[in-house]
Parts: sequence; structure tokens; C-alpha cells
Amino acid sequence: MFTVFIDQFWQLTISGIALGFIYVLIALGYTMVYGVLRMINFANSEIFMWGTFGAIVASRDLFGYNQTSEPAHGAKLALVLFIQLFASMAFAGLTAVTVEFVAYRRLRAKGTNRLATLISAIGMSMVLSEVMRLLTASRPVGSPRILEKVILVEVWGAQIRLDTLITIMAAGAIFIILERFVKLSRMGKAIRAVSMNEDAAKLMGINLNRVITTTFLVGGLATGAAGFFYITVYEYTKFNIGFTMGLAAFTAAVIGGIGNIRGAFFGGVSLGLAEVYASAILGTQWKSVTIFIVLVLVLLFKPSGLFGEAVTQTRA
Amino acid sequence: MKNFNLRDFGAGIWERSNRYQRVAIVLVTITLAALLPFAGASFLATPVAAYDAVLVYPVAIFVLMSLGLNIVVGKSGMLDLGYVAFFAIGAYTNGLLSMHTGLNTWEIMPIGIGAAMFAGVLLGIPTLRLRGDYLAIVTLGFGEIIRIVALNVSWTNGPNGISGIQMPPPILGKEFALDDQKLFFWVVLVMILLTIWMIRRLTVRRPGRAWEAIRQDEDAAELMGVPTLKYKIWSFTLGAAIGGAAGVLYAAKNLFISPEMFTLNVSILILACVVFGGIGNIWGVILGGAILGYLPDRIRFISDARLLVFGLVLVVVMNFRPDGLLPRKKREKALVKKGASA
Repeated sequence: MFTVFIDQFWQLTISGIALGFIYVLIALGYTMVYGVLRMINFANSEIFMWGTFGAIVASRDLFGYNQTSEPAHGAKLALVLFIQLFASMAFAGLTAVTVEFVAYRRLRAKGTNRLATLISAIGMSMVLSEVMRLLTASRPVGSPRILEKVILVEVWGAQIRLDTLITIMAAGAIFIILERFVKLSRMGKAIRAVSMNEDAAKLMGINLNRVITTTFLVGGLATGAAGFFYITVYEYTKFNIGFTMGLAAFTAAVIGGIGNIRGAFFGGVSLGLAEVYASAILGTQWKSVTIFIVLVLVLLFKPSGLFGEAVTQTRA
Repeated sequence: MKNFNLRDFGAGIWERSNRYQRVAIVLVTITLAALLPFAGASFLATPVAAYDAVLVYPVAIFVLMSLGLNIVVGKSGMLDLGYVAFFAIGAYTNGLLSMHTGLNTWEIMPIGIGAAMFAGVLLGIPTLRLRGDYLAIVTLGFGEIIRIVALNVSWTNGPNGISGIQMPPPILGKEFALDDQKLFFWVVLVMILLTIWMIRRLTVRRPGRAWEAIRQDEDAAELMGVPTLKYKIWSFTLGAAIGGAAGVLYAAKNLFISPEMFTLNVSILILACVVFGGIGNIWGVILGGAILGYLPDRIRFISDARLLVFGLVLVVVMNFRPDGLLPRKKREKALVKKGASA
């Protein structure tokens, strides 16, 4: 049971960190929306799924890659990867803004109860995944291999592959950019103001709708970037991958304290590691169960997460 | 008829009738419902599946489950996205017991209900302290876990599922048959009537008032001395019991179950039925379950994209008619509006 875990500890650690960075970006999508609306964006998992398809559409339809093509090299490689990242972020960002517009805006204007908004978001999430299921005829979609998975170095028997390294570095960079955006920019200041006190922010002349749309957009961009890295590492997607990834990323956001951006980073990496270790010990089929148990335990014993607010206080 | 409201219209008729007229209304309604399986030759006929089978599943079982979920979502205002878990527990109880023991469906029924209730308490005690979104996501995870367990442990036969579940034994000398499911429909109808009766009794008594208080303002209810956690667990457990009963019936009707029948989609479907018909109003919920259960089998192009349609139903109803087809009583509604704006 533990032999795999001990033998491959460092290898597992590296893939856990890479997975963790993907979670960090999706968790940003949950945490940013939660920060301003005090509400879980149930459709974020499907926004991620649409993001993964963005990367595939870019490489397949824009650059004409297919399953048998040779991986790209040099400047072409950088260009293709960059366009893929851009496409993922654009797909997911657009989806996120659509979700806000269709599922949230009208209900917010009417000031109906939270149950209505939740149900509307769940409906939207169902619509997004069903549209993709019908478009792909329920089949998994493989991504052409753009990036050759070269082993760069070997440390303590753990291979560090190019895709893992790119994921960790680029995801880290995107995280820092977004974190700085919220911290330093004028819009970021507005987002934080709304998150602290919506009414006061409105009185100070902040355009609430614009702030909320921007929040959904930024969260969607982060989630979309996660979709790109997912495709680069796993080279495969399907209409229903959002569910597991979404539940995990949400758990990550809760561990770090939902609504807290730095907390999302910590939560994402630790959950990525926990998931990979647990899969090695218990078997991959119990992965979601482990995540769920972690979620319930955190909600029960440290509901505020490690840096965040108390969730039991949020009104139903 | 600008402000015509079907619910108030119906309630008006009911309130204006005397005792004998009410008994007559109830008897006529039940008779009409019981005669439904004979309407197969009319415009109600379903093109693909057999009409009387469609009436059992999805229609009647959807109605039953919607009534159960309505106790949790509609009466006490807790969003449960893992309702499928109790359905699955009921179905698997029937599958496993009929495989390993000689028990028949009616003997398994109380055990299935008990198992689902037990699961409801087990999940409810830790999680019902959470509210709103958190409860929703935790229940969602729970529903998925039951499916993953059924898929991965050996005693449930994993992905192959359980086949060869026993047909229920004959009732009053009448045999159950695969090609004639009228009897089955009547059995489910009786379950539905019992459930309606139970909910109506509970609604006007202490638990019903406690749920109403919890739904409108949980903090205020707690301050007024309502043991909120206790009544939330009760509500959750009763919902689970009905889900479990529906599961037992479903397994007995289908004679085969496998984990992929119990995905998150089922929870969302039932939620769509509740929302579409009218959250909190049992007549609305029955209508919602019947329509959303029936339409995909009647209109072919919906059956390919039924989840898409159901997702759209959730979004559109919530945005444009949040009270559903048959809204709940005005008195209850007004209180909710006031509570939400405060």
C-alpha cells in the first residue's frame, strides 16, 4: 500500500505541485466571485471545462495540428503555446461573463433570495456542460501533442518534465499578476471595496455591475489559464471533467479561506499534494472521496479556512 | 383575467366547498390519476417507450422524489444537491438484499427506507450546521461519493451493476408483468398519496411550523427557541426516506441497477421538477415532476437533450417566474420577500 508512495515520493511531490498550481488558478475563480458576491459560482467548474476546449480549438483548428502531427519546436512552439493559453483564457473569460449576465445579473437586480440565485447558477452550469456534451457527442477529446515532454533533470529519482516546469512557472506568474492586479490597480481596489462593504462602495460611486462583471472576467481568465495547463499536462479533455476539478478547486479555496486570494494559493498547492499522495496510497478511484472528506473536515473544524472568513455566518 | 393565478383559483374552489364536496373532489382526483394508465391510446401516447412504463418511471417516481426533495428545499429552504444518494441507497438496498436474501420488494421497502434515513442522519448531523452554498456543495459531494463507492467496491458488482432483481410478489392475486405496468403505477400512486398525506399532516403541526420558521429566518427561529438543527435533520431525513422508497421502487421496476444511473444529473433533474412546479407547494411540485418526467418521452427531440432543457428550465424559471407554475401560498410568499429585503 505504502510502497508506491515511498518509492515515488519525490515524483509524486512534483506532479502534486503541478496539479496544485492548476487548482490554484481554478480556486481563484471561486474565491474572487465569492469575495464580491458572497456566493459560490457553481458554474466555475464548467468555465474551466470550456477553457480546456479553448486550448484544443486553438491548436487543432487554428494551427491545424492533429493527433499524428510532430510536436512544435523553437519559436513556433512558443507561439502556439501562447495562442493556446490566450484562447483558453478568452473562452473561459467569455463564458464567465455570460454566466454572470444570464444567471446572476437579473436576480441580483431583483434582490431575490439566495436560493434562487444558487439554483439559477446550477442550471447554467448544467447548460454549459450539456452544450459541450452535445457538441462533442459525449466523446473524450484528445489534444494534439504540441510540447514534447522532455525530461529536463532528475532529482532524487524524480523526473522534472518540461510541461510540469512550464505549468509551475507560468501558473505561478499568472497568479502573481492577478494578485498584483487586485492589490494595486484601480479596478482591483474597487473589487476589494465591494467585497468589504457593498453599500458603502456603491455610495462612493463605484459602478457595482462593472466591478462584478470584471470580477467574473478575472476569475474566468484565471480558470481558463488552468484549462490550458490541464491540456498541456494531461492532453485530454471531456465535457464532464469540470465536476471533479471544480470540487477539488473549491475545496482548495475553502482550505485557504474562501474569498482570500493568497489563501487560494496555499490551499491549491496543499490540496494538489494531498490528492496525489492519497491516490498513491489508496488508489486513484478514491481521489474524489478523499477531496470530499477533506472538504467536510475543513468546513466542520476550521470553516474559516486558514486565512479567511467564517462561512457559517454567511446567510442562506 | 389579468391577475389570474391557478393556485389561488384552485385554493378558492377548495375553500368554498363543504366537507362532502371536498371528499368528492379528492375521490375524483384520485380516480382520474388511477385511470391514467388507460389513456395510452389517446394523444398522451409516447412514441418510443411503452406508455404505462413511462408513467411509472420517470413520471410517478419523479413526482414521488420531487415531493421528498420539496420537504428539504421547499419547506425548510436547504438546498440539497445530493438527493440522488438516497435514491441510490434505496435502489442498492433492494438490489443487494434481493440478490443475497429471499426477501421480496415489500419486505425490503422498510429496510431501504431505514437505510436511506440512516444515511440522512449520518450526513445531516455534521453538515446541516452549514448553510446555503456550503450545504449545497457538501451534499453534492456526498451524492457523488455514494456513486463512486458503488462503482469501486466489490460487493456492489462495481460498474457491472446488479441484475436479476426480483419482481415484486403479486398483490391481491394480480401479478406484476414487464409488458403491463399498470399495477406498478398504482403502487407508486399509493406511495405518492401516503407521502402527500404525511407532508400535509406535518406542515400544519410543529415540524412544519419549525421548517417554515427556519426557511424564513434561521437565526430568528433559533432565538425563538426552535431547535433548528433537530428540525433540519428531521426534514433532511424525511426527504431521504422518500428518496429511499423511490429507489427501492425504481430497482423493482427496472430489475437492473448500475452506478451510472445515479449521477449528479438525477439530483439536478429532481431539483428542476421542484423549481419548475413551484418550490414549497406540493401541488406545484407534483405538476412539475409529472410534466418534466413526461415531456422528454413525449417529444422526441427533448429526450436527446433533456438535461440541457432541464438546465434551461432552472435558469429561466428562476429569472422570470421564481415561484414556479403553481406558487406557494401568498401568505408564505409575502413573508419571504420581507425577509429577503431586510
